[in-house]
Amino acid sequence: MNKILLGLVLGAILGAIDGMTAWFTPAVRAQLAGIIVGSTIKGIIAGVLIGVFARKVHSLALGIVFGLGVGLILAFIVAQMQHGYYFEIMLPGGMVGLIVGYATQRYGRVSQLQQT
Amino acid sequence: MKRLSDSVVARLQADMQVPDLTGTRYAVVRYLARGGMGSVWLAEDTILKRRVALKVLDLVAPAADLPARLLQEARILASLEHPGIVPVHDAGTLADGRAFYCMKYVEGQTLAQYIAERNLTDRLRLLERIAEPLDFAHARGIIHRDLKPENIMIGAFGEVLVMDWGLAKAGAPGLRSGENGSARGSILGTAGYMSPEQARGDAEVDHRTDIFSLGAILWFLLKGAPPTDQPAVTATVPRPLAAVCRKAMAADPSMRYQSAGALAADVAHYLNGAPVRAYRESLLERAARIYARHRTAVVLVAVYLLMRLLFILFAHR
Repeated sequence: MNKILLGLVLGAILGAIDGMTAWFTPAVRAQLAGIIVGSTIKGIIAGVLIGVFARKVHSLALGIVFGLGVGLILAFIVAQMQHGYYFEIMLPGGMVGLIVGYATQRYGRVSQLQQT
Repeated sequence: MKRLSDSVVARLQADMQVPDLTGTRYAVVRYLARGGMGSVWLAEDTILKRRVALKVLDLVAPAADLPARLLQEARILASLEHPGIVPVHDAGTLADGRAFYCMKYVEGQTLAQYIAERNLTDRLRLLERIAEPLDFAHARGIIHRDLKPENIMIGAFGEVLVMDWGLAKAGAPGLRSGENGSARGSILGTAGYMSPEQARGDAEVDHRTDIFSLGAILWFLLKGAPPTDQPAVTATVPRPLAAVCRKAMAADPSMRYQSAGALAADVAHYLNGAPVRAYRESLLERAARIYARHRTAVVLVAVYLLMRLLFILFAHR
């Protein structure tokens, strides 16, 4: 799987899982569907950005740092929109970015065009 | 008449073995090693000013067909142009009537010397490079028949060379042989590395005899000693690799790997954390292998899930 597609798929899956955990917070359970959709979209955006970065820069360390950064920034934007829950939103968001950053560098396939 | 002492006789015999290179472009530098049919000498190519190795038949050849066999060996080597096979430069007959051929002088270490200071991964990576020239020779219908650690050299630049093709047999590319080389029923090879069919003197020995030897070499790479019997699992040999050895050294050639490349590929699978064809792993072993291969990813996901679990637990307090 190429790096961008891997980032997209992984970002979507982890984003969706992130969103689903909102079910355990009774106060926001009513908006669960919206949270899941929003979190998945956030994961996809982060995944694509990290995947594009991984395609350009072949460095595990930089990939992880970039992933963490993108995850934190997007999570911060979401937390701003929620007017709170910074820790609960940003920590998992950063973690998702870190995992996607690692995975795209470690497992994402380099395209044939790039190899030549 | 006064009798010569043993030491004098030995000295005279040694001097007589020195090849007479009169009329050739070569000058003897020193003795290098003893081969099955004769001796190998380090010589100087006086025209090109480079060092070469000369394989020269013994002065008193025990069999009349030895000159023809030495020439056959030279021709086989000349037909195998591969980075893993030592190239032949010249062949002929010396002034003293002895047949010889000239090949590249390889400065390096034997397999045993090389692996003494290497870790398991480095040692296993050698197998692929031993298998490449073998596959190349097999594809041309040539069987080595005397593969053993002493016949593997690692050159100064890390190149792996399969040496001493003195027992090699050239057959049709279909790899059945028996029409040339050794006499039907004769037993040639080295115990411990020789396949059962070769040890029996079967005429229809094919390339899979080399696969057996390659399996024995794999065991040597793992243990530093030739296998005494069927390779068994020991504390120092991982189960998948012991299974690879067992498959390569199966008594029935049809149960072995059918090419040197297939054997090397299975070893490469092991090195890459993939399952090997020769070994059916248990669920626990598979999990351990996958974990070892993707340790960081597994830990990251586990940390993420643990973090999520903690958030849920704290939300319910």
